[in-house]
Amino acid sequence: METKGTLGFSEEQAQLLEVAENFCRDKSPIDQVRALMESELGYDDAVWQEIANLGWLAIAIPEEYGGVGLDLAEVVPVVEQMGRRMMAGPFVSTTIAAQALLAGGTETQKQTILPLLVEGACATIALSEGNADWNLSNIEARAFKETDGITLSGMKTLVADAVCASWIIVSVICEDNVRLALLDAKNIPQGALERETIIDETKRSYKLRLDGIVIDEDSLLDEGRTREALQHIHLVAALLISAEMCGGTRGAIDYTVAYLQTRKQFGKVIGSYQALKHPIVDAHVSYEQARSHLYSAAHNFGQQGEGEVATRMAKAQAGEAFSFAADRSIQFHGGFGFTYECDAQLYRRRSIWSENMYGDAIYHRKRLADLLF
Amino acid sequence: MSSPSKAELEDFKKDVVGWLQDNKPRDPDFMLPLTFMEVGTEQQFDFLREWQRKCYEAGYVGAGWPEEYGGGGMHQQFQDVASKEMEAQNVPIMLNAIGLNWTGPLLLDMGCHEDRSRYLKGILTAEDIWCQGFSEPDHGSDLGNAQTKAVRDGDDYVINGSKIWTTQGNFAKYMILLARTNPEAESKYRGLSFFLAPMQVSGVETVPIRKLTGEYGFTQTFFTDARIPAASLMGKEGQGWGVAMRTLEYERGARGGQGNSYTISMPDVSRIFDLAKTAMREGKPAIEDPVVRDTLVKFMIEARALGLNNQRQSIMPLVQDSPQSLPLQSKLAWTEFIRRLNEFAMSLQGTKGAYYVGEGDVLDGGIWQRGYLNAFSATIGGGTSQIQRNIIGEHVLNLPKS
Repeated sequence: METKGTLGFSEEQAQLLEVAENFCRDKSPIDQVRALMESELGYDDAVWQEIANLGWLAIAIPEEYGGVGLDLAEVVPVVEQMGRRMMAGPFVSTTIAAQALLAGGTETQKQTILPLLVEGACATIALSEGNADWNLSNIEARAFKETDGITLSGMKTLVADAVCASWIIVSVICEDNVRLALLDAKNIPQGALERETIIDETKRSYKLRLDGIVIDEDSLLDEGRTREALQHIHLVAALLISAEMCGGTRGAIDYTVAYLQTRKQFGKVIGSYQALKHPIVDAHVSYEQARSHLYSAAHNFGQQGEGEVATRMAKAQAGEAFSFAADRSIQFHGGFGFTYECDAQLYRRRSIWSENMYGDAIYHRKRLADLLF
Repeated sequence: MSSPSKAELEDFKKDVVGWLQDNKPRDPDFMLPLTFMEVGTEQQFDFLREWQRKCYEAGYVGAGWPEEYGGGGMHQQFQDVASKEMEAQNVPIMLNAIGLNWTGPLLLDMGCHEDRSRYLKGILTAEDIWCQGFSEPDHGSDLGNAQTKAVRDGDDYVINGSKIWTTQGNFAKYMILLARTNPEAESKYRGLSFFLAPMQVSGVETVPIRKLTGEYGFTQTFFTDARIPAASLMGKEGQGWGVAMRTLEYERGARGGQGNSYTISMPDVSRIFDLAKTAMREGKPAIEDPVVRDTLVKFMIEARALGLNNQRQSIMPLVQDSPQSLPLQSKLAWTEFIRRLNEFAMSLQGTKGAYYVGEGDVLDGGIWQRGYLNAFSATIGGGTSQIQRNIIGEHVLNLPKS
């Protein structure tokens, strides 16, 4: 059994890391994060256009579809820095949807849609349902083939960024098999999307009622690659959310350390007390391990076998690290930590959201155990 | 010196592997120490000294040290390859750890030509064993408060006081010694000086300390009007704290350099999988138990993270915010990991976890039981894990001193 991991870092990753670090710091200060939380849309469309202009949506799209032709490894530092500043927007959703098309879309779908996503159109995926299972194959929504098209029924939940998406990729059971279908936003009737109240107020999520929506045969993704596409979506999402969590962990630790460096009690700066100093060091050690796993997963993502192991490890470690750092952030802010005004709650709510998307640490360790022994 | 090519390192590695396979000593009829801190008997000492000499003569100890001082004159990366292969092949450890990993790098970093000529070769051959005299009975973690006195008298210093946790103290010819030359200095740190002190002089007495395992490996060292030559002072009087701190950086892994000898044999995570396959839970192999599986995966994730941290350390864009962060936490993270891994390995054994070294039915010769108890030498020695957290908190997170 291979117990050691490997790590590499490309010149492009280094450049993107530096640009993203500055951009996200400048465009997403905490006041802006809080202002956007209050808005219906949840993000700043002008910043989204800037992101498109920077070419970040093109990074992992092959050149034949208008992209730059790099890998998800190069997307990881961007998402990490977005997570660090809790930057709002449909970047992760759109990236996952684009990857879903690349893994399971028909040639026509890829040629029509990917170039538009590169330019800044949004997309998302609708895979979860009321049973709350992380296993993406456990679904009940249906697609019925009829003479004048395919009629959908059922309810999808936790569809991130759905109202701004021009396309939504949904999973349905069609003739006893799970199929993926590409839903054009134009075909979604009024009232079919309903905003959900979620624990992370910086994010936007919706229920999607499929009943009565009719699509044509060409909207189905490639039947032969459904399994492969679902597995790819699961791992892409795990990788990108790990990146966002790693950045978030760093943000939570920085925020807590700043308080420990300045707040005084009993005549001393509280960061001098070991009861606070030692656990925040433990959080930092756990964060560094999460970051090493993250960049190992990014580096190995395309490798058969090792890519999956590294990605699941990254998600498991990022989940543990972020949860601990954000949980202690609330506690170490004392009475202030219990208020809405303290940013610790933003990090903790984000960490809970991220843990519950595409499998928490326990779930990924279970899958790893089955892969490894 | 330019870095060797991948091909050169590969060729070298092949030579090392071949040599180790031909020359790896057969297991003796006594238990060998897993770390340099566990050398408790003459038998173990003689065996390991002979083994280090043999490895040195083959070119696999001090390969990166200059030729004029007895080294191999090669790039340090060759030595790193050799050390890594020794670990991978699980051969006996290198004995003279303090010399190889502390004194040697220190002399190569900041020693004079004369000292290098006098000491380095004996370190490599294991002819001259070195020990370290920093901790004192009343000042374990608070090194800066060391009270052992060194008073200049003509061409000598006269040493009085006591040092504790002196690894291989009873075998050592020299000690790197931190002693107080000026009790009136304006700060406690400025009163300290650093010596390359001979041990075989009158007035130096070493008393073996019996460890929690029942074995030996450390001594307490007593100095009673012991006279050492003034030339053994390293640097100037009052500079001892700086030199000692530099030495601790090698120990805590914060500074690379020509150390990195194979002096500790680490348990491999994959070995606990073997244990989990043979141990039983409710009539089934323990590896089928969901909680055991989850714990095994946690250890595997952690083991990988530690290895990945080492790799990431040299990728500048990923560490530039805080270049000392990964090196400074390496000791804390590794030593605590090893302690917990051994602990879990005992738990896996079921009733056999209660056996100990010497019992015929004990698993793997009791390596996990002894390994667990001995693991504390690393979580305590070289600055306890609690002191390490202070260091990381203060130097990486910029928190105020405790």
